[in-house]
Amino acid sequence: MNIIVCVKQVPDTTEIKIDPVKGTLIRDGVPAIMNPDDKGGLELALRLKEQHGATVTVVSMGPPQADVMLREALAMGADRAILISDRKFAGADTLATSYTLAGCIKTLDYDLIIAGRQAIDGDTAQVAPEMAEHLGLPQVTYVVDADITPEGLIVKKENEDCVQTLAVDGKCVLTVLASAFKPRYMTVAGIIDAYNREVEVWSAEKIDVDENLLGLKGSPTKVFRSFPKALKAPGEVHELSDEEAVELIFNRLKEKHII
Amino acid sequence: MNMNDYKDVYVFAEQRNGVIQNVAYELLGKATDLAKELGHQVVAVLLGYGIKDQAQSLVEMGADEVIVIDRPELKDYLTEQYKQAMYQLIMARKPQIVLYGATTIGRDLAPRLACKLHSGLVADCTKLTIELDKEGKKEFYSTRPAFGGNLMATIVCPTSRPQMSTVRPGVMQKLQRDVNRKGIISEFEPVFDEKEFKVRLISTEMNDQKVADISTAKYLVSGGRGVHDAEGFKKLQALADEIGGMVSSSRAMVDAGVMDHAYQVGQTGKTVRPQLYMACGISGAIQHLAGMEESGYIVAINKDKYAPIFSVADLGIVGDLHKIIPMLTERIRREKEQNQ
Repeated sequence: MNIIVCVKQVPDTTEIKIDPVKGTLIRDGVPAIMNPDDKGGLELALRLKEQHGATVTVVSMGPPQADVMLREALAMGADRAILISDRKFAGADTLATSYTLAGCIKTLDYDLIIAGRQAIDGDTAQVAPEMAEHLGLPQVTYVVDADITPEGLIVKKENEDCVQTLAVDGKCVLTVLASAFKPRYMTVAGIIDAYNREVEVWSAEKIDVDENLLGLKGSPTKVFRSFPKALKAPGEVHELSDEEAVELIFNRLKEKHII
Repeated sequence: MNMNDYKDVYVFAEQRNGVIQNVAYELLGKATDLAKELGHQVVAVLLGYGIKDQAQSLVEMGADEVIVIDRPELKDYLTEQYKQAMYQLIMARKPQIVLYGATTIGRDLAPRLACKLHSGLVADCTKLTIELDKEGKKEFYSTRPAFGGNLMATIVCPTSRPQMSTVRPGVMQKLQRDVNRKGIISEFEPVFDEKEFKVRLISTEMNDQKVADISTAKYLVSGGRGVHDAEGFKKLQALADEIGGMVSSSRAMVDAGVMDHAYQVGQTGKTVRPQLYMACGISGAIQHLAGMEESGYIVAINKDKYAPIFSVADLGIVGDLHKIIPMLTERIRREKEQNQ
């Protein structure tokens, strides 16, 4: 069985702060990490590999710096790593990104594709379903469990109000939640090994795409403007004795007709 | 593509088990604003099986027209079945704008359609507007948080139609129900390609119905790391009971296994806007603030006077919630007794 896992390198958004004077994002010193849901996807792939035997290939679209994240994937247990990297991909929205990934995956042998639910920088959750559409494959999103049984692939999908069990016939795309697949650590031997192996770097020529549909040119959405969220005027903050604090809250709730 | 062929603001009216979801009504409220600006109609699309009799409810909540696709294949949400039906409808009717709830259904369906239609889709929007562009033409703008809520981005799709957005539940305002409102109710018959039905629903396990929906609460008493454990949450529950509210949680206490994910407020939890939000022992990560900052009145209690939660609080108390919350509960109880 061949499993492809799509991964993205992202800034750790929990570490991003806003410059209180300029109102801009402070991105200096923010670590770049493997997107958490994608790491959950890799973990699922590695579990399926252990249980059923599989070759796990990680694919990422991004700048050359993503090499370090792909080596982390190799150190966790992936067998092959491909970085699709080209200036022609710059400015891609979700549709152009999904088209690019699909163009790479089309050239590979696969039985199952796994991706994270969403990336913590963009939070769109659109790339994997759009990629599935480009590839003409079925999908199950928000996956919290998956297993290969004699009847085929059985997955659990977590919705707001229920958990569904679904059976998939043939190849498909799954998107998974990080919370359901706690990732393993890299081993020391794995890390050493990962730096002796090759991360393949593929340009636009190597994948099956129409170059007019890449990057900014292939993106129907455009960012019109971006801005830091308007901060609310700060309210009152008090350091009081417990008794005074209770009276103050009590009086405010009364003024607001809450009690 | 002749862009002028595309007209009207469409809402995908999500239903689950035959019940139209709140987010559908919220979208009708927003669609009414957008349609007014454009001089268009509001059209709701209702997919399901045995759901025709619910179409009138969508009219009463703002739809000028409801298109019903009532087929056994659409009884439960499945990506391919819904995609085929919506795709055929969009090709036949050519809407300018299509809105979906940013739910596990809307966010599964909309990107499939966007790709098939080769049109732009904006995810998880919190603001939708019609504004004049540089050439003085009316343009549709979708605004959404990015970078974990650190940044807002306004996105346009100027050259493709339809323009589609998924919209975060709990953000847009519903209209008042008008039982006398009149609208057109029509039906659409898709032709299904069953060969493509590759995913089959085996079973559905509903979540515990006793789990309260925090997005409906008038008052929320919410706990974070400073609450420590389930014992700490009992103190918050006592206060919530006293004021007729509910308890909610930050992500930290969900990750720690103290609270269920259904109670989580924030970027990966629910968006809430109660009249009162009491943040107890919550430091206020930006991802949390994204889910509650629209609340009517925000009280924060935290030991750390530099906690970011104080930047959004109307009333901030630097103090120990484990003392203050039980004392406040008692104070309110006493007041009620005196008034009886």
